[in-house]
Amino acid sequence: MTALFTDAFLTSLVLGALTAGLPLMLAGLGEQISEKAGVLNIGIEGMMLFGAYLGFLVAYDTGSIWLGFLGGGIGGMLVAAPMALFCIRLGLSQIVIGIALTLGAEGLTALLHHFQFAQSYPRLPAVATLAIPGLSSLPVLGPALFDRPPIVYLAMLAVAVTAYVFRYTQAGLALQAAGDKPAALDAAGVDVGRVRTLAVLTTGFLAGIGGAFMSQVGAGIFVPFMTNGAGFIGIVLAMQARGRPLFVLAGALLFGACLSATTALQVAGVSIPTDVIQMLPFAAVLAVLVLFGRRASLPPALGTHYVRGAR
Amino acid sequence: MTQTLNAHAATANANGKALSHGPAPSPGPASSHGAARPIVTLDHVTKRFPGVVANDRVSFDLWPGEVHVLLGENGAGKSTLVGMLSGLQLPDEGGVLIDGHEVRISSPARALELGIGTVFQHSMLVPSLSVVDNMALGGRWWSRPDREGLARRMAAVCADIGVTIDPHAKVGALSLGEQQQVEIVRALMRGSRVLILDEATAMLTPKGAEDLGALMGRLVKLGIAVVFITHKLNEALAFGHRITVLRLGRRVDEISPERLAALGPAAATAEIIRLMFGADAAAQATASHPRRAPSTQPLLQIEGLAVDDDSVPLAGIDLEVSPGEIVGIAGIDGNGQKQFAEAVAGQRRLAAGRIRLGGQPIERLDVGGRRRLGLRYVTDDRLGEGTVGTFPISLNLLLKQVGEAPFWRHGIDQPETIATHARRMVSEFDVRTPGIETAIGKLSGGNIQKALLARELSGKARAVIFAKPTYGLDVQNIRATRQRIREAADAGLAVILISTDLEEVLELSDRIAVMSRGQVVGMVGNDAAARSRVGELMSGATP
Repeated sequence: MTALFTDAFLTSLVLGALTAGLPLMLAGLGEQISEKAGVLNIGIEGMMLFGAYLGFLVAYDTGSIWLGFLGGGIGGMLVAAPMALFCIRLGLSQIVIGIALTLGAEGLTALLHHFQFAQSYPRLPAVATLAIPGLSSLPVLGPALFDRPPIVYLAMLAVAVTAYVFRYTQAGLALQAAGDKPAALDAAGVDVGRVRTLAVLTTGFLAGIGGAFMSQVGAGIFVPFMTNGAGFIGIVLAMQARGRPLFVLAGALLFGACLSATTALQVAGVSIPTDVIQMLPFAAVLAVLVLFGRRASLPPALGTHYVRGAR
Repeated sequence: MTQTLNAHAATANANGKALSHGPAPSPGPASSHGAARPIVTLDHVTKRFPGVVANDRVSFDLWPGEVHVLLGENGAGKSTLVGMLSGLQLPDEGGVLIDGHEVRISSPARALELGIGTVFQHSMLVPSLSVVDNMALGGRWWSRPDREGLARRMAAVCADIGVTIDPHAKVGALSLGEQQQVEIVRALMRGSRVLILDEATAMLTPKGAEDLGALMGRLVKLGIAVVFITHKLNEALAFGHRITVLRLGRRVDEISPERLAALGPAAATAEIIRLMFGADAAAQATASHPRRAPSTQPLLQIEGLAVDDDSVPLAGIDLEVSPGEIVGIAGIDGNGQKQFAEAVAGQRRLAAGRIRLGGQPIERLDVGGRRRLGLRYVTDDRLGEGTVGTFPISLNLLLKQVGEAPFWRHGIDQPETIATHARRMVSEFDVRTPGIETAIGKLSGGNIQKALLARELSGKARAVIFAKPTYGLDVQNIRATRQRIREAADAGLAVILISTDLEEVLELSDRIAVMSRGQVVGMVGNDAAARSRVGELMSGATP
């Protein structure tokens, strides 16, 4: 059994955890921002998928990976905007609208893909990596963590920035208040709807980049339904992380490791039926929920529409 | 009352003394008498909601250095008036003047700018944030909240008004009374010179209410004008300098400080009751009630009752109640009264102990079993566990008998029988409702309580537990409810009356048990010395 843990196996496991975990992390981080502000953003799966599609399209047409990520972020926001309109301005059910947006994005991207790429299946070239001098020559971890595309480092930075915003800025307080007691925020002279709208758009942006990461870096290709539940895992991550961005990162890497175990185990030459291995991430979700589900703490105003003066 | 007068006399010396912290309030008239004009004037404001005129040409003057009490029963229009002062609602007609200038209070933020701070009945603090973070809320997005600076300013205001608050404590960990102090301090730090306290004592312990009264006294000495909304007469008289009475959306009258002083407490009470309810009500209030001597054979016997609970475990509670007897349970809220009531009613597991009803052991029976034997429980959580808000009254009246004959036969409901029963209950217990099919959640608190009483007191009731039966009701419904409790005892029921209102316990009970920290710390007969004995027991065991 010890032969399993070769350097090659570990490197590919860590690398896979990062590659598969990063989109989850971005989705979880985005979801956490929405949830903190009191919006249960079920449309996040749709935001990721549309981000994956638009990111791929832009990167393919312009040849720029950076414009691709920007396109992905904007794609996510395009799905987030109706969420903000319907749920925050008009007060419709966040759950219904979220599901509708996810289904809509799935259908729309599949359709567009069918007309644009179904004949040719174009691929993007492999994304250039940026090796961090020194760290990248560490054994095992070096190539897996410190010789990655720059977007990976930026995403890590986003975790730190989010943690800082939550803890040390007025925006963090406003987000927390919008989800915990919107009436108090309103009384303090802050527009609850605006805080929530910005939170949802930020969620869309992050989720869209997460989706674009899947299509541009992870796969190099856009395939319909390619997010495959990543947004929903992001929702679970956000709920379990209890408002802490670092927990989202840790959870995402854990789920990412499970997701990538298939590849790593194949590299190691273990012959377990892939069906069993592919169940791992979902078994992990179940295990986490069973073990920690009771400790999930959600903002009291989550999923509710705020109306001034209503009790 | 003399205390009130002294406090009022002190306001005359309050000239110019204002808080020195936060954005300085614009210098206005700081003494009540001889002041050129009130800080705030509502000039014949009218506010309509679909189907009702919540405020009908109401006028209201607020003078600096005074606690102005806004008194009225539920639905009299107090909340609407507060809503218009605090920026939640705009009047349909009439004007709002501040320092004599017409203003439009279009939002809570605007109210704050104008120097009007409101402490709502339901806390307006974010429980998951610390005290200073709550104060910091509302600054520019990208800026860092100045936690240390705020803590310093807060300490200064706290010292001015004589309260102590830990600025870095999480709000959710503070008591409701402390949370209110935080809100008052916050309003002052934002430069409020008008402070509106909306039903501020409704959620407080008697001690908390007293502290708040003293705090209001200190605030007005600093030249702040306080609007204190309540439906409790004794608080209005004890804390207020000027009293405005609202009824059915109209201002009935204002009692000026001079008149309040001239009347004296007893005459003032009668006068206010007359204003609030009309002339006939005042006569009823003073009518005393002869109590029938209870029999001595106990009907409900509780022995060594113990309950495991995270917050307040109960241990070794013994209590016997005879038919026709009312045993009051006094104590500060949260000392195990709820756990006790639920354990007896069958809603909690006993860790130990026995309960007998008419000699028959019932501690192993479930809620339904105990009910069938005649044990009833009138919960204080009327909307939560007492009723299903969206169900019609008719069903709520049968909530504890669902599936039982004659209202249900073979699982099929019998609409005729249910409706007949509901109509009878509604008229017998005077539930004011548009119809028996109305969702019970749409009724006022008083009428929901009447429906609950109807459900629990009808049928073969033998013993009843009332948990805070008049909590949150207005004076008229309090009186009606207390009357029901007396009638229940007169009809030979064994009654346990749990209340945090000492007056209520003293008024109704034959004997009084005092609960503290999950135990009965004493039992006294309700005689002349009862008040002081109960008071000692309540405070003696309190840290």
